[in-house]
Amino acid sequence: MMKRRSLMLLSLALLAGVSGQAVAKKEDDKPAQTQGSSAEPENPYPSTYVPFPGRPTVIRGATIFDGEGARIDGGVVFLSDGKVTAVGGPDTPIPADVVVIDGTGKYVTPGVIDIHSHLGDYPSPSVEALSDGNEATSPVTPHVWAEHSVWPQDPGFSRALANGGVTTLQILPGSANLFGGRSVTLKNVYARTMQGMKFPGAPQGLKMACGENPKRVYGSKGREPSTRMGNMAVNRQTWIKAREYQKKRAAGKEQVRDLAMETLADTLEGKILVHNHCYRADEMANVIDMSKEFGYKVAAFHHAVESYKIADLLRENGICSAMWGDWYGFKMEAYDGIKENIPLVHQAGACAIVHSDDENGIQRLNQEAAKALGAGRRMGMNISDEVAWTWLAINPARAMGIADRTGSLKPGKMGDVVLWNGNPFSTYTRPEKVWIDGALLYDAMDPKRRPVSDFELGQIGAGDVK
Amino acid sequence: MNKNSSTLRVALRLRPARALLAAALLGGSAGVPALAQTIAITGATVAIGDGSEPIQNGTVVITGGKVVAAGAGVAVPPGAKTIDGSGKWVTPGLVSGYSRVGLVEVPGVRQTNDTEARSPFSAAIDVAPAINPLANPVAISRTAGVTRAVVVPSAGSGIFAGQGAVVDLGADMSPITKARAFQYVEMGEEGARGAGGSRPAAYLTFRTMLREAQDYAKAPASYDGRSKDSLLNRADAEALVPVVNGQMPLMVHAESARDILSVLALKQDFPMLKLILAGATEGWMVAPQIAAAKVPVIAGGLDDLPSAFEKLAATQSNVGRMVKAGVPVSMGLMDRDEGLQLRLATQQAGNMVALNKIPGATGLSWGQAFRTISSAPAEAMGLGDRIGSLKAGKAADVVIWDGDPLEMESAPVAVWIDGVQQPIDNRQTKLRDRYATPRPGALPKAYEW
Repeated sequence: MMKRRSLMLLSLALLAGVSGQAVAKKEDDKPAQTQGSSAEPENPYPSTYVPFPGRPTVIRGATIFDGEGARIDGGVVFLSDGKVTAVGGPDTPIPADVVVIDGTGKYVTPGVIDIHSHLGDYPSPSVEALSDGNEATSPVTPHVWAEHSVWPQDPGFSRALANGGVTTLQILPGSANLFGGRSVTLKNVYARTMQGMKFPGAPQGLKMACGENPKRVYGSKGREPSTRMGNMAVNRQTWIKAREYQKKRAAGKEQVRDLAMETLADTLEGKILVHNHCYRADEMANVIDMSKEFGYKVAAFHHAVESYKIADLLRENGICSAMWGDWYGFKMEAYDGIKENIPLVHQAGACAIVHSDDENGIQRLNQEAAKALGAGRRMGMNISDEVAWTWLAINPARAMGIADRTGSLKPGKMGDVVLWNGNPFSTYTRPEKVWIDGALLYDAMDPKRRPVSDFELGQIGAGDVK
Repeated sequence: MNKNSSTLRVALRLRPARALLAAALLGGSAGVPALAQTIAITGATVAIGDGSEPIQNGTVVITGGKVVAAGAGVAVPPGAKTIDGSGKWVTPGLVSGYSRVGLVEVPGVRQTNDTEARSPFSAAIDVAPAINPLANPVAISRTAGVTRAVVVPSAGSGIFAGQGAVVDLGADMSPITKARAFQYVEMGEEGARGAGGSRPAAYLTFRTMLREAQDYAKAPASYDGRSKDSLLNRADAEALVPVVNGQMPLMVHAESARDILSVLALKQDFPMLKLILAGATEGWMVAPQIAAAKVPVIAGGLDDLPSAFEKLAATQSNVGRMVKAGVPVSMGLMDRDEGLQLRLATQQAGNMVALNKIPGATGLSWGQAFRTISSAPAEAMGLGDRIGSLKAGKAADVVIWDGDPLEMESAPVAVWIDGVQQPIDNRQTKLRDRYATPRPGALPKAYEW
């Protein structure tokens, strides 16, 4: 699976990796606003995403997981004007003149959200010329923005859509650096430009990384950090500078605009959400204390393979854990990974999220959740399918600050919906149709509703089932 | 009792380490392993592993480390220990067609990673003495129902990686099912890299090395591995003799349709080569040619991205299309970072079944899919008569599952290897139990064990 591999095996450096549930202050997508004396334009690379047209559509007779833990058997979902307009039981009235899809024996869920992806910044083909996920030239690069690396022609977006039912994904910088840069949240809709995929109004994230990667990458270059204490020290020195910058900015004092400090100041003000790659429980605890020392909040720990050891602490601090189903052991800090991590975190009342960090794994997040669900049930936990679906829906939406717009089937939310051809926790199930903002963008029954990126167009295999 | 004891002694002579260690690990009473006992698992859904579809209400009988019978209407022998398998599934143990299990503890920790070396040797490298049956990934994979695995070395320099093995995942100190089971060579992009940068150089290197091995075979004493013309030292030349003679299979990694055809064509110069293709992401494009050459394929199954230019036509239908063309296909963990994640076999196979519901895709039936992770890899390794299915006379590698093994929520509840019941706890299950509640009790967590 993707960049995990690179992380551990390509001895060096540059890999991906990765590494909330804060609700960030919303920003509009209007460019050229200014704020503070450093006069940063609020939103210089605004989204130009426009939903594609959809037809008013009713899916009836399906089992519905609403993404917030509720289930409706034989229910009705109505999509119109790009939104979810009604969700209810079998008696829900069906308007005239709409497309009606019989969902009998099938399942409907909100679109899958992957909080941790490198599609576009570590795209396929995996060649050096397209490897843009880690600015591994300094451990502190909060000034870089992952969106400026995103190649919107990555074939991986189409696989995530067709096989994974992924409708929204967060693209993060890699984990070589302590401060890796800003993330971007995308709608999984091909566009000519990154801006054309950009989720309107989604807050940006700040990618941070604990542990082995930063210390290995920079230690091997004979520079700081080369240890975990070095990681923390460089982090703290950087936050001290950021606080000074932020104070001046808030007070309207003159200072030279600094992109790195702008990112960190916005983070301290809660406008940018912290997504912290961190495997080990003890390091997560250090980061939690550091966040209190400097007054910011961690939205989510990513690759949190040891969250199960401190699930109580994570609950108390309101921090999500973005986890794999059963990925473990590929490097020392992943050595204590267990299959029960996700259910143990969930059971403790903390926020659990299934993530991929992988262009293959993103195609099967539902199956990763099934692994976790099975492991939890074998431990005697009583977790229903519909509650487990929150790991793929409302929980990541909250950690990404977009829960008011997507992540569940609630009237008024974006029409991001998957019709599965069976129970989505079964290996034998695949998406049959996927709508994004009410537009039908994948249909297993219609070869022309299968996106082919520019890279694949005219190549062998273009348009094939994948 | 007497009968059992004598059988036990025979068994101990055959596999003393296995029987004793397994008994110890299981806390077996009086150290008597179950090997000699006849065991009948009844009323279960039984998958034979030979490509046939699962059988409802089946029975599996094992004794003396072998399968006696499996299927519907199988009688329970008198005196057999009976296990009620109702609601459960019984299958042969999974066989991973491509892995690094036993060669690595933590891939990212160099000292524990024995997959490849920068060494003056290549083809002569033999993984067998390095296989560590006590490595944690062995126990973790066993807990997931994997009982045998093909262990593949990686080419640290050059194109030949050395000789791989087939191993069992038993809790004992005798892990080798077949040492020196095959030679491994890189072609395609990796082969080009190992040969200095191009495919033509890789093919030339390959041909030259095999000819040198032929020279060695003709007159070992006079082979000069030190001359400046020779590419092979004596040890490597000797190791390639059984390859060029067709006594040892040659597993060739090739992905693109073009490379696959070039690999098949190697038999024109070296007609005795016994090829196995590994990877073959574009195999579906040349499936009839692979089938005609009767070359087995070990594939990743779920690769569907053009992750390299040699994989532009990747699709999850690759395995199904090759099987349909008559190619014997196995699945393994081809991806560089998945070599220890052997449990993923059931996910690979289950997804092949899922494809049947997608118009235009080519999947596998349940039985065909399960075969790719049981008897097919066993046959590719020339071990089809010994392992990989529940046919009478095969090694009693048996797994009882709490549900359909190709579903991600299922897990094994009991595992036998060569008729010896195996422990299915491991470091992960111990960590799970320790942290079932995160806060410590009267003493720190370190005292809970």
